[in-house]
Amino acid sequence: MDRDKMLHEIMALDFALIDLNLYLDTHPTCTETIELFNNVAKKRKVMIESFEAMYGPLTAINYTNSEDMWDWVEEPWPWERKYGCKE
Amino acid sequence: MWIYEKKLEFPINIKNPNPRLAKLIITQYGGPDGELAASLRYLSQRFTMPTGETKAILTDIGTEELAHLEMIGTICSQLLKGADCETLKACGYDPAYVDHGCGIYPMNASGVPFTAAYLQSKGDPETDLIENLAAEQKAKTTYEYLLHMTDDPDVIAPLRFLREREVVHFQRFGEALRIVQDLKDRKTYY
Ligand SMILES: [Fe+2]
Repeated sequence: MDRDKMLHEIMALDFALIDLNLYLDTHPTCTETIELFNNVAKKRKVMIESFEAMYGPLTAINYTNSEDMWDWVEEPWPWERKYGCKE
Repeated sequence: MWIYEKKLEFPINIKNPNPRLAKLIITQYGGPDGELAASLRYLSQRFTMPTGETKAILTDIGTEELAHLEMIGTICSQLLKGADCETLKACGYDPAYVDHGCGIYPMNASGVPFTAAYLQSKGDPETDLIENLAAEQKAKTTYEYLLHMTDDPDVIAPLRFLREREVVHFQRFGEALRIVQDLKDRKTYY
């Protein structure tokens, strides 16, 4: 999968997790939502791992693939136009 | 603590520079109902929340507001990118330009710098949560006003997303208020 497509999928999964997280904060015994959260979180974990292996780190602290170069400094950064749509 | 993730909460890719719009949208960065005020408000108030649920919701909404602050900074920075001096002048961006260049500075739409006077942390959970309901409502209205000011689809999509989030936060704060009030009732009965 190309970088931007994969990134957008991760962003969509993360958004679902953010929203479910807030819901669970005020409904902590809703087992149906907990199950949904766990499933999305597992899917996200797998996606993040393959994204980082191919395209570099999303977080500096969990990333173990840098070798000759500290990959974290690689451009572009999220606020730049080309971040979500590298041509 | 916090860890940075190298991505936005919602994709932003604005093709047409528009400094006039940046000057308006910056109010959601450092204005009275903006994202900086929101994140500081919730992340400060959480220290006096009484239950696990309410500590969690203030921490997590406060954190999401930081992601929104980044989105607003991104929108303004992309709207300014590539605008020449003539455009900046024609758009009325020149006063902001002489103070900040094309830098992103926490201020309202009239250029007034951010102040902590925009928020309250009262030490009383019920009071704070009621303030937060109003704050979310005001932020939502500001996004609606901003949406009246543009027809650029690249700007409308993230603004709509942010407006929707205020609705969800309002809902969650209402539930948190309920939790705090139930706790108070239980304490009065026994
Ligand atoms: Fe909010």
